[in-house]
Amino acid sequence: MDLIIERLSHSYDTVNVLSDITLQVPSGQIMCVVGPSGCGKSTLLRMIGGLERPSAGHVLQGGDVPPDCLNPLTFVFQDFALLPWRSVAGNIGLVLEDHPLDAAARAARVADVLARTGLSDFAKALPRQLSGGMKQRVAIARALAVNPAVMLMDEPLSALDAQTRELLIDDLVGLWMRAPFTAVYVTHNLAEAVRLGHQIVVLSRRPGRVREVMHLRIPLDQRTLADPVLQAAQERLWALMRDEALAADQELADA
Amino acid sequence: MHNPPPAPVPFRGGGFRPQRLRGVGVAVFVVLILVIEWGTRAGWISNLTLPRPSDVVATLVQLWKSGLFLQHVVPSLTRLAVGSAMGVLAGVAVGVMIGLFSLARAGLVPLVAALFPIPKIALLPLFVIWFGIDEGSKYALIALGTFTPTVVATFGAVDNVDRTLVRMGQSFGLKWWSIVRKIVLPGALPGILSGLRISLSIGIILLVAAEMLGAQYGIGAYILEAGSLYDLERLFAGVVILSSLGVVVSWLIALLEKRLLVWRS
Repeated sequence: MDLIIERLSHSYDTVNVLSDITLQVPSGQIMCVVGPSGCGKSTLLRMIGGLERPSAGHVLQGGDVPPDCLNPLTFVFQDFALLPWRSVAGNIGLVLEDHPLDAAARAARVADVLARTGLSDFAKALPRQLSGGMKQRVAIARALAVNPAVMLMDEPLSALDAQTRELLIDDLVGLWMRAPFTAVYVTHNLAEAVRLGHQIVVLSRRPGRVREVMHLRIPLDQRTLADPVLQAAQERLWALMRDEALAADQELADA
Repeated sequence: MHNPPPAPVPFRGGGFRPQRLRGVGVAVFVVLILVIEWGTRAGWISNLTLPRPSDVVATLVQLWKSGLFLQHVVPSLTRLAVGSAMGVLAGVAVGVMIGLFSLARAGLVPLVAALFPIPKIALLPLFVIWFGIDEGSKYALIALGTFTPTVVATFGAVDNVDRTLVRMGQSFGLKWWSIVRKIVLPGALPGILSGLRISLSIGIILLVAAEMLGAQYGIGAYILEAGSLYDLERLFAGVVILSSLGVVVSWLIALLEKRLLVWRS
């Protein structure tokens, strides 16, 4: 499924948050959105997923949805959003319970995503027993369980330490290589963006506008930390963002 | 100039963390009772000030042997159970509504704030007219008394449910009712249960008040009768029964929390 974002603008009361955003997310590709803090990138993601209404413009979905897709636009949240009173399997089952699936089909889907994310041994564990990385793996498994057309990832690795982040990037690359998914991936971490993005959108500070769209053609599984092309791309992104980030940092809230 | 010899860094941490000490609570009770027993026997506590603990125990044993114990306790427990069940169930329902619907919040929060501080005992004569002198007015009194604190605790608990979890439910297309049942209610449960402790204690207080006004049997009636005869042993026997009731209720809620809230660290 393709996503088309057309002339999308948004303001809260008198504050312009997003201004005239036009973007396209082609099927089977990951679009990373980077920008200084407060540039409205998470707001943009919530609008793409229908959790917030834009003041102007619209988000269109085009093309077919995968046949057994239960929830075309599926979020992965920064703080995992797992129910602490449900086990790993229960948290994944939660999002299937409102759909007309019989118990066997539901159990099969849960078992399948647990296997794909390497969580099969943890099915009965409670979230409090898991590390941050494992919690986010559960959240990714939960998102995969509904077989989404587009994954909307809101800084999914920001709550994790650097080592865990590396491991999860590898996991995401592995998942994508086996079954390419469409994703919008919001992050403030440029290294994540160049590792995972087929296109990288740079937003300016508030009101967020598209400053540049960068395309990276290296296959995801060949991208390494030391790759000079990626290094150059990351430096270019930082050059684009540096002054904006500095200005955003010195802004007073509510001023 | 010479340096002072190296000294160990003094420890400044620790404290501010309550630890679980077993047996201290019991020891306080035992010491207090022993002191009173000693004082009443030695004479520096007069018989009109406090009864002798051993006499209170003897009164309780006698009460049990005569069969009057159950005759008083069973009606009291029934009233407490029926009245507080009505009050708590209605309170949780109204509290969840206030938590979920802006209209209910705008309309009912002021009403609850107006009802909360009314001494419910003052309304007993009114309840007698409305629900009769029998059990009805006692149930109503306990129900109203447990209702208001339950409402306040419940809507506070619903307000405190993590909104990102609700947002998550919406983003996966869960039905409204599923979000309420599977996300909001379990998330509010810890707050509801701690509200229940307060509600049920208020329920016990009101139980006694209701029984003091027009009941033949019940712990309240027993205490009132003992008080009017200035029979301190029986009065304290009644008080001991009430305290034990409070301890048992608190223990039951702790048990419930242990069973229902295993997911908390």
